[in-house]
Amino acid sequence: MEQITIKVNGVDYQVDGGQSVLDACHSIGIHIPTLCWMRGLNEIGACRMCVVELKGAKRLITACVYPVKDGMELTTNSLVVQKARKMNLELLLSSHDQNCLSCSRSTDCELQALCKEYDVDGMKFIGTKEHFEKETSTLHLVRDNNKCILCRRCVSACQHQYVGVISPADRGFETHIACAFEAPLAETGCVSCGQCIVNCPTGALMEKDDTDKVLDAINDPEKTVVVQTAPSIRATIGEAFGFPIGTNTEGKMVAALRRLGFDQVFDTDTAADITIWEEANEFIERVKNNGTLPLLTSCCPGWTKFLEMYHPEFFNNISSCKSPQGMMGGLIKTYWAEKNEVDTKNLVVVSIMPCTAKKFELDRYDMHAAGEGIQDNDISLTTRELVKLIRRAGLDFANLPDEKFDEALGDSSGASVIFGASGGVLEAALRTAASWISGEELANPEFVEVRGEEGIKEATYNVAGIDVNVCSVSGLEGVEKVLRQVRDGEKSYHIIEIMACPGGCVNGGGQPSQPAKVRNFIDLKELRAKALYDEDVAKAVRVSHKNELVMKLYDEYLEKPGSHKAHDILHTTYQLRQRNY
Amino acid sequence: MKTSQDLAAIREGMKQLVALRTVDGFKPDAAAQDYSGKYHIMLCAGPGCETSNSLAIARALEEGIKANNLEDEIRVVRTGCLGLCEMAPIMVTKPDGVFYCKVTPEDAEEIIKEHLIGGRPVKRLQYDESEGADPDGINVPMGETSFYKKQMRLTMKNCGRINPEEIDEYIAFDGYKALEKALTTMTPDGVVDVVLASGLRGRGGAGFPTGRKWSAATRNRGEIQKYVVCNADEGDPGAFMDRSVLEGDPHAVLEAMAIAGYAIGSDKGYVYVRAEYPTAVKRLTIALMQAREYGLIGKNILGTGFDFDVDIKLGAGAFVCGESSALMKSIEGHRGEPRPRPPSSAVKGLYGQPTLLNNVETFASIPQIILNGAEWYSSIGTEKSKGTKVFSIVGKIKNVGLAEVPMGTTLRELIEEIGGGIPNGGKFKAAQTGGPSGGCIPPQHLDTPIDFDNLIEIGSMMGSGGLIVLDEDTCMVDTARFFLDFTVDESCGKCTPCRVGTRRMLEILDKITAGKATLEDLDNIEELAHFISTNSFCGLGQTAPNPVLSTLRYFREEYEEHIVNKKCPAGICKALLTYSIDPEKCVGCTLCARNCPTGAISGEVKQPHVIDTEKCIKCGVCIDNCKFDAVKRG
Repeated sequence: MEQITIKVNGVDYQVDGGQSVLDACHSIGIHIPTLCWMRGLNEIGACRMCVVELKGAKRLITACVYPVKDGMELTTNSLVVQKARKMNLELLLSSHDQNCLSCSRSTDCELQALCKEYDVDGMKFIGTKEHFEKETSTLHLVRDNNKCILCRRCVSACQHQYVGVISPADRGFETHIACAFEAPLAETGCVSCGQCIVNCPTGALMEKDDTDKVLDAINDPEKTVVVQTAPSIRATIGEAFGFPIGTNTEGKMVAALRRLGFDQVFDTDTAADITIWEEANEFIERVKNNGTLPLLTSCCPGWTKFLEMYHPEFFNNISSCKSPQGMMGGLIKTYWAEKNEVDTKNLVVVSIMPCTAKKFELDRYDMHAAGEGIQDNDISLTTRELVKLIRRAGLDFANLPDEKFDEALGDSSGASVIFGASGGVLEAALRTAASWISGEELANPEFVEVRGEEGIKEATYNVAGIDVNVCSVSGLEGVEKVLRQVRDGEKSYHIIEIMACPGGCVNGGGQPSQPAKVRNFIDLKELRAKALYDEDVAKAVRVSHKNELVMKLYDEYLEKPGSHKAHDILHTTYQLRQRNY
Repeated sequence: MKTSQDLAAIREGMKQLVALRTVDGFKPDAAAQDYSGKYHIMLCAGPGCETSNSLAIARALEEGIKANNLEDEIRVVRTGCLGLCEMAPIMVTKPDGVFYCKVTPEDAEEIIKEHLIGGRPVKRLQYDESEGADPDGINVPMGETSFYKKQMRLTMKNCGRINPEEIDEYIAFDGYKALEKALTTMTPDGVVDVVLASGLRGRGGAGFPTGRKWSAATRNRGEIQKYVVCNADEGDPGAFMDRSVLEGDPHAVLEAMAIAGYAIGSDKGYVYVRAEYPTAVKRLTIALMQAREYGLIGKNILGTGFDFDVDIKLGAGAFVCGESSALMKSIEGHRGEPRPRPPSSAVKGLYGQPTLLNNVETFASIPQIILNGAEWYSSIGTEKSKGTKVFSIVGKIKNVGLAEVPMGTTLRELIEEIGGGIPNGGKFKAAQTGGPSGGCIPPQHLDTPIDFDNLIEIGSMMGSGGLIVLDEDTCMVDTARFFLDFTVDESCGKCTPCRVGTRRMLEILDKITAGKATLEDLDNIEELAHFISTNSFCGLGQTAPNPVLSTLRYFREEYEEHIVNKKCPAGICKALLTYSIDPEKCVGCTLCARNCPTGAISGEVKQPHVIDTEKCIKCGVCIDNCKFDAVKRG
């Protein structure tokens, strides 16, 4: 990169050319506040928080989108700049409901943080405000436009998900985020991925809060309440309690759940291992019997909803496996309930997921292993909701002891842990499928080519003389691309792992919020994924088919992968899903 | 497909038509008798006249002509705007140059019988600026009347002298000659050089040098897709210059776009025109079809190998779509919103490709610059603003209409001479120029020569050429409020300062006009105005506070009067008005009490009446009814 010289606040610096003023300033330790800017996602210069003075320019310039040039003289902290930012915040607050006391993003809100920094109290301009009804039509999301600052990060996130069901509506002061023709979100092609939520700087977008349902269940003496936690939660929940990003706090998480009053604390990873038994078996069957290929994975409910709404032509390709959440819930309601003689009427299964689409998945058809009317899972919480429960219970998370999952459904292989990162499901499936096809254990179980933060990763592996073309894709924009290529015969794969959220579950729509100033400069997905890959390496068993608990489960109960019983409990079907907008 | 020879043949064949209509325009042709009874009735079908029923007049005239079997001798030509909208509908008979105004369909018969057959112009319909004071008033040649005398019609030269729906008439008046000249005798760089040297600046508002814009778009000719876009999204309230050019001379715009395409290396143009201009859209569409048919737009133009096609895109009327990048977003089918720059449109514009965007009036100037040369053009106007500018003069002015004057004409000439001053002896208070982005110019600057830089210097701007004349009965706070209300409505909502800031400014103005503001509010609105100017994303927001800033600059005391003394000096702001009856003058006729809609006036017959201010809604009916000047407003 060409080096150029700029003067910032009177001091000369050498910086890389070809970047924005904001990035150049960041590189020399000068941080410029932003609200709308998200690198690579939302570079629109709309919020005007990042304004700085450029010598010779008539107006303040927008640091986030203004290219740095040799010889520039910038002032980032003058009174003019600070006043402008302050005025911006005053204006934003003047059209905001300022209801911080009851806002679930309070203390975690980017607008609030900046207002504190700039000493803005929202009293300078008292004027009219638009009043918006909350959007609550879906199972997973609440949009409160009264808290929206129109940064449009959600709009860009949704567009990057190839879904694009929200956009600014009306104009001027009446501008607000809405679906086409003000339709309820539930009637649109929203896939419930929650990427809008994790990109929202304020409390305008939140998951539908189900914590009270959990508290009610726990406090009902009649109920047995069982919880399961998805692979990625252990890698992210620590962030909310002061641990560095990418810290695995599995033991403390388990301890916290137990102290919250859950009767059993199970690991969804166990179900992930079972998923691999079923999916690897399904894959091998299809390869052997000239079945429909590529096999598409089915762990991600955002993706399966996308398939049902946008790509029904792939119904024969997608695996019939339920997601690990579904398998675990199904097993708890059947195997575990039978074994422990718990009436399913009094059994409540709670899942802690990195995901808002899991709330939607609860209500899917064919997710009733224990019989009609009995949902596999009853309540699904996001990581953020669990954090809320832990805080409310007064638990000192950081100083909790490290505890283990309950044994009945609490053992897992390294292969299941990496489900939480994009490429992990595929790698886990390959580990098992390759062993099963070749009849030999792999010397090195790692398939590193399918890992990483790229949206689309491809590889070809030779398994027992067959060249197996694989692909892992995360983020629906990439998914759309890959599916079109497959449909049009441009690409030919045997198996594709698909995750709706960019980077997979570690970057899921239910994960702890991280402000733009973190997201823009740190690779959140990579750091979080690393915690999972580290745990995989540390595990004694790194392949799903060697998980002894799972082996026992098949022996005792499920018979064998693809058995009738396995189908009843662990598999599902897909149906065309209507979207009006 | 036509060749240069074909075009020359068309011009040769229409020599007589050109002579009959007189090249110089607006002066009666001395050689009228040469045309042996042939008449062309140049009937204005511009926006003002069309809404004043001019098309019905055209039909009435044509029926009359047919009834008298004069179809071969007399032709009714529906032309573009003749400018003097105040007198609409207007028409000029050629070759004798009789200038009729406020014509009705019922007048058609008399005009035909008396004038066109009998040779006696209908005096009662002839324009007389002296309004009867001068017995010879109707004999003043059109070009010598105050309204036209100081005008120089360049971009509007064909408005009023051709039928815009006939390509041959455009060609007859040297149409497509500039394109021919550029394609056959000039290099693309040569064309850019002429535009640069002409000193032409963009007529859309900001006055950016057109040549520099063209020059910036010339890189990588022939290697990448480029676009030429015409901004016909004229949106200032009260402005209709671009509309008139499009309606009156659509081929000039198409010809200029093709020249621009040749200069920068583009084969594709778009005209972005607002759907609220149906006549402009229709005439432009007809012009495009005719130009395509003649091969003057399309493949291998004039056999030179140069390709250039044009598409018309309709805008839905959002003011922000006049902003170049928002306009391009809109053409692409997205929500019309500006995008960050750099890169400029010349680097990354429409569909991400290099794009040249000029407005209608700018393009309409191009063919003549190419034909007559840069030196000719740059001899017109002031040092830094060359050429002419069309103004739409509206408001408290006698001659409402469109006037094209050389840059450097003073506001006084424009208002007092061309505009005829303020009607009914009113007193000039300010001129609002530049539309919602502009400002109000007070009397002390009336002698400022109008050009881009001078207007900015005195706190306003050229804008697209709107000129609203305000008299003493105008409240400047209310005027600022009017324009701000417009921008608040038209803000796209993308950036915070414009979306929220302008609304907060408007609310403060509301407080002031309601008598509820404090001097602190005045400080706040000023601070906010400066903030919005320097922090908004695009030109719309950056200029939105101008009406407030300029009125604060020149009429601050009027704001203070509203705030401190709770008075509106012009008597406009209703909330600050009180009505009372002067007992000395009131004779107790009861007329006011009987007409008061709220029963706020009481009193015995033949006794002075009183107004209950609690009940009074300040509608003014009492003042209108009082024959004794006894009701006071203040």
